[in-house]
Amino acid sequence: MRTNKLIIRTPEGICFAQNLAGPVTRFLAFAIDLAGIGLISGLLSQVLLLTAIVNTDFALAARTVCYFLVTVGYSIVLEWTWRGQTLGKRVLKIRVIDAEGLRLRPAQIVIRNLLRLVDLLPAFYAVGGICCALSRKFQRLGDFAANTVVIHAAPEKIPDLELLFSGTFNSLRSHSHLAAQLRKLISPSEARLALEAVVRRGDLEPSSRLELFRQLADHLRPIVPFPEESLAGLTDEQYVRNIVDLIYRPAV
Amino acid sequence: MPKRLVFFARARRRHEGQNNAFCSIIVDLKQFIARERATWEELNKMLKRVEHETVAHLTLEEVQRLHYLYERTGAGLMKISTFAAEPNLVHSLESLLTRAYAELQDNHSRTGTWSLRRWLFQTFPQTFRKHIRFFLAALALTVFGGLFGGAAVAFDPDAKAAIAPFPHLLENPSERVRKEESTQILANTKGRFSAVLMTNNTQVSILALALGVTWGIGTLILLFYNGVVLGAVIFDYVRAGQSVFLMGWLLPHGVVEIPAILIAGQAGLLLGQALIGWNSKESVSQRLRSVTGSLVTLVSGAALLLIWAGLVEAFLSQYHEPTLPYQIKIVFGLIELLALLMFLTLAGRGTLFPSRTQALKDSSTQECKNAAMRTSARDCRFFLSS
Repeated sequence: MRTNKLIIRTPEGICFAQNLAGPVTRFLAFAIDLAGIGLISGLLSQVLLLTAIVNTDFALAARTVCYFLVTVGYSIVLEWTWRGQTLGKRVLKIRVIDAEGLRLRPAQIVIRNLLRLVDLLPAFYAVGGICCALSRKFQRLGDFAANTVVIHAAPEKIPDLELLFSGTFNSLRSHSHLAAQLRKLISPSEARLALEAVVRRGDLEPSSRLELFRQLADHLRPIVPFPEESLAGLTDEQYVRNIVDLIYRPAV
Repeated sequence: MPKRLVFFARARRRHEGQNNAFCSIIVDLKQFIARERATWEELNKMLKRVEHETVAHLTLEEVQRLHYLYERTGAGLMKISTFAAEPNLVHSLESLLTRAYAELQDNHSRTGTWSLRRWLFQTFPQTFRKHIRFFLAALALTVFGGLFGGAAVAFDPDAKAAIAPFPHLLENPSERVRKEESTQILANTKGRFSAVLMTNNTQVSILALALGVTWGIGTLILLFYNGVVLGAVIFDYVRAGQSVFLMGWLLPHGVVEIPAILIAGQAGLLLGQALIGWNSKESVSQRLRSVTGSLVTLVSGAALLLIWAGLVEAFLSQYHEPTLPYQIKIVFGLIELLALLMFLTLAGRGTLFPSRTQALKDSSTQECKNAAMRTSARDCRFFLSS
């Protein structure tokens, strides 16, 4: 089955997933890399042409060799140095990793980049693009031969959820018996949905945000009815936020 | 009923149907994060260190600690995913675990330092010999192409126009020899010509490897076509009575350039075989994984030989009589061929496993560390049950 996730199951029984990067993101990263290659080889070419004052033949020979080395070596060197990332991949926050989650070896990096020659055929990355679009793991031929995939790189910093629980007054907390009942009755999927809505509320359009929290609040209210005086003046969003606070922070 | 509410209702019904006594489902997320953050940060810090060095550089206690942190983070991820799937946190933990898994499961020895001398005089010739049947197949195909090209020109002289990739090969051989001997055409452009030859030939060798991904078919076609061109040119010059010029022109660089392309073809056929998997019970990914190193070694070796061939072609092959007697060029070419044959067949013999002792030492260290990781799993049970 086609999925946009690379699922790794470890011998210890841990299962985790990585989001695979699709053809469009990868193509945009490649476009940035092409610009990078053009810039580096252009700069090198200008520098080397200065040596033409001494020897024109040497300058032209060096320019030819340098252009070739930059074209072939750009991705190899950067992916090795930046652990699976080139300039384009860094900008678009994607990364090459081993298809089975193992450490990326230099030979894999070399093979996936040398086979780009076939992926580029006949023009505009046609072979690679078609293979990537059809492949289960969004692999082009070079990835397939080198056993690699490209994933969306997660930020290394652990996200700070402190703000989620920042000390606003929660009027529902005074009813500890109802809070306990809520924790008992609410299902994991309902709790998870409410948490996700609160965490991602900043990303929503204002009208969608209002509508989502209205629906969520309408759904959550009947689970455990809190006294009217505790709910007075609470917007739907504040209500859901207080519910999340009660569920995920049982003790203050 | 709105779609979203239908989902809520279904989720709730599912939950109610499961177990009415189901309770205390949610972890105290704030407390949980506060408690585990130190573990995650320590794992991140340790991984940064390991990624720049290797696990082999850690002490046994550090490896145990790394494994403990990895398993504890894994258990934490399971809790978070089940009860509180905060997407950014889950994604961060999954990323941490992917990195840790890559380091801990990596059984590739990276303790030795890479040496150009060892690679050139041991790894490359040994890899060449290990997969020599693919080289012989590439050679046979080129020879077959050569015979085909020669026969095509013999029976239909017009075929030369269709076969020859460069205009100068279309000229009458005797005419070309006369022109070459009367002028020094590369008086001031030898360096550039050499660079163009090196880069073009290296591109062809990369293509020969890369086309192996078409189950070797592309590589077979490329090798056959190269043979056809070579056969047609050789036959054309021999028929015109220019055998000595041809040997003097081709041998100095050809004895290195042609084997280099064949070695790249060998790599392409090896890749094709790994994809097809004749007589192999391994999966495609296992087969590819086992040949990746050999492919890189073979194509890098071919590229190195092509640098030499490019220099010889620009600085020696283009000089003809009376400047340089053909006998000298032919003898030089034959010496090169002999040296290359000796290098590929004899270099690195007797040192097939030059660092076997070191490898055994590495593997036993790795075994120790794997055992250490297994024992650290016990420590994690406490956390899993908490």
